[in-house]
Amino acid sequence: MGKLIDLDAMRDAELADRSRRTHRALVCSSTGCLSAGAAGVRAALEEEIEAADRAETLQVVPTGCPGLCSRGPLVQVEPRAGPATLYAEVDPDGARSIARDHLLGDGTGDQVAADVEVVPADLPFFAHQTKVVLANAGRIDPDRLEDYVAAGGYRALYDTLTTMTPEQALTAVERSGLRGRGGAGYPTGRKWRLLAEAPGDHKVVVANGDEGDPGAFMDRTIMDSDPHRVLEGLVIAAYATGAERGYIYVRAEYPLAIERLERAIRAAKRSRLLGKGVLGTDLSFDLQIRVGAGAFVCGEETALMASIEGRRGLPQLRPPYPTERGLWGEPTMINNVETLANIPAILGNGPEWFAAMGTADSPGTKVFALAGSLVTTGLIEVPMGISLRTIVEDMADGIAGGRRFKAAQTGGPSGGCIPERFLDTPVDYEHLRALGSMMGSGGLVVIDDTVNMPEFARFYMAFCRDESCGKCVPCRVGTVQLHALLDRICNGQGRRRDLQHLESLCRTVQVTSLCGLGQSAPNPVVSTLEHFRDEYEALLVEEPVPSAVVTGDAS
Amino acid sequence: MSDTTRSDVKTKSREPHPSGDERFAMIDTALKRARFAQDHLIEILHVAQEVFGYLSEDVLQYVGAALRLPASRVYGVATFYHLFTFEPPGDHTCTVCTGTACYVKGADDIVAAVQAHYGIAAGQTTADGRLTLSTARCLGSCGLAPVAVLDGEVRGHLDADAVVAEIRDNLGQDEQDGSGAEADVGRRDEHHDTEAVR
Repeated sequence: MGKLIDLDAMRDAELADRSRRTHRALVCSSTGCLSAGAAGVRAALEEEIEAADRAETLQVVPTGCPGLCSRGPLVQVEPRAGPATLYAEVDPDGARSIARDHLLGDGTGDQVAADVEVVPADLPFFAHQTKVVLANAGRIDPDRLEDYVAAGGYRALYDTLTTMTPEQALTAVERSGLRGRGGAGYPTGRKWRLLAEAPGDHKVVVANGDEGDPGAFMDRTIMDSDPHRVLEGLVIAAYATGAERGYIYVRAEYPLAIERLERAIRAAKRSRLLGKGVLGTDLSFDLQIRVGAGAFVCGEETALMASIEGRRGLPQLRPPYPTERGLWGEPTMINNVETLANIPAILGNGPEWFAAMGTADSPGTKVFALAGSLVTTGLIEVPMGISLRTIVEDMADGIAGGRRFKAAQTGGPSGGCIPERFLDTPVDYEHLRALGSMMGSGGLVVIDDTVNMPEFARFYMAFCRDESCGKCVPCRVGTVQLHALLDRICNGQGRRRDLQHLESLCRTVQVTSLCGLGQSAPNPVVSTLEHFRDEYEALLVEEPVPSAVVTGDAS
Repeated sequence: MSDTTRSDVKTKSREPHPSGDERFAMIDTALKRARFAQDHLIEILHVAQEVFGYLSEDVLQYVGAALRLPASRVYGVATFYHLFTFEPPGDHTCTVCTGTACYVKGADDIVAAVQAHYGIAAGQTTADGRLTLSTARCLGSCGLAPVAVLDGEVRGHLDADAVVAEIRDNLGQDEQDGSGAEADVGRRDEHHDTEAVR
């Protein structure tokens, strides 16, 4: 058992250390910027500071993701007082300029490095954002518990454990109106209540970090930029529902997130934020990481549980729901990573504070991963109810390469395409569903007029065909047939009856598949057929006159 | 009788692999850390693949025996998940992301270019065992699309020419690395010639 953590002392020590520094250089070390060369940037900064013998007063901090991925590697220079400067597209030479001009100056003022690109502070990309779950992303070192605590971390857990009953914590989550961020939008408080009221002594809570939608990286960023926030959310969930152990299920494609979560769990155990007697109370909560192995279907909660148990990730019919019969038969609750990352803020600031953000039916914020044909791509957190137009035209600065906007695709392979005429739609669960799309986990891929919609639908169908687990016939066979039909149409060999066949088969697969993967697999086809039917029609070949009928010849 | 069988299995699982290959010791370490719990199967398979580069029948049976799981169960799980592979990978690897963002930005062209250049489809290794081409469904670096992982390094903002050029560089390095690699290539060529003469 580790030493009991003193949150105040840790925060004070950390802030005292910071007050000795004239500047802190925050280097984004999330997956995106690392691929763009952030490690070399960090090394160059450290070398210069070392060479000038200023390591005492200057600090280089590897951080999580500030969101502006397309402009990386990013370096933010924070003076002890005054506004910060965000540098974009920094290379090792640029890092040396920043060190010499901005950090190692004579201390008389902030000399912004001239030959490195500076991101304006009022950039619309940042101006429209409200950061709750990403509040620390890009601001703290994800590998240091001290950084999280200095930013107010684990304070909500401490207050919850010492001043609230589990019932009060549960009620707070219910009153916040928080809905599941994995896509379906089920009220989180109601799910917690189901687990709390389920009979059983060995309840389990699970964080679903199997972010399989191609084009989505919200959960990855939360996990690799602020892993302790997910842990804190899980421990509060365990307290409110009476769970004694938990799992974080992460897809294997996110090695950095796994590494940082593992480190966070070790640090939390050492400080008695996990394990027996959390923060000196009676609460015991054991937490483990489970790593997937590349199967989209494992994002579905029953398949995810099978995978945690070390089996093939095959979904099961519900009911029984996991809260009735989950992992090893015990009541189990599965929450998305982003959902859990909201919990510390809700308990810390109160449910009313949370409910005041966003819309009445969809309170709070949502993280979106902007990708595709946009000028600016990356990660944003916006209040629910913001219009798609604001996101696409203001925040992402429109379409790259002088092309025209064609559609915004939300919800990945389970979602749909939203054409230009609906761009003013507010982004929340109900409005997106009404358009034949869905919120999904938050992937927002924008496509320009060079993309052919039937081919785009075929791309998604190929994905679902490859990812179908094969357990139920409608999905296993249906996705293969749907892909073959789309293939025929895209190759200019489709007839009108193929289009009819496509539509009827879409309905069959939607209605009869066992789990969400199959039920939603036809969505990209259905929505592109609804909004871009002319592109399908244009590819059809004329139906030849059936000679057999005309002549009455049976052969 | 059944008791004897069980203890046999138990003893067998603790014995080193008959080949004496030290890499099995790394699997043993993972097994011990997991306390031989059967639900850690996927994790153990990850370790085994990392150590050996792929999952051979021998390795699968070894893991199954250690966890006391039937071979059918181990094989069933291993083949269900895309990340497990049953063929040795090439000396160099190229994994092209074919997630949505990369698709929109031309990932298909990259795959096609590598295929055309090296005559292998995704999931295949060149005949000389030097390059494996594979695809991945989203690496979560969509802001940098299109993305590929070349010899374990994630690279963004690519196009077909850039990927082909980088692969050529990666493959070229071996030849400069010294006589070992050179001799290896030579022997393979010789072998190829002999085949052709026959």
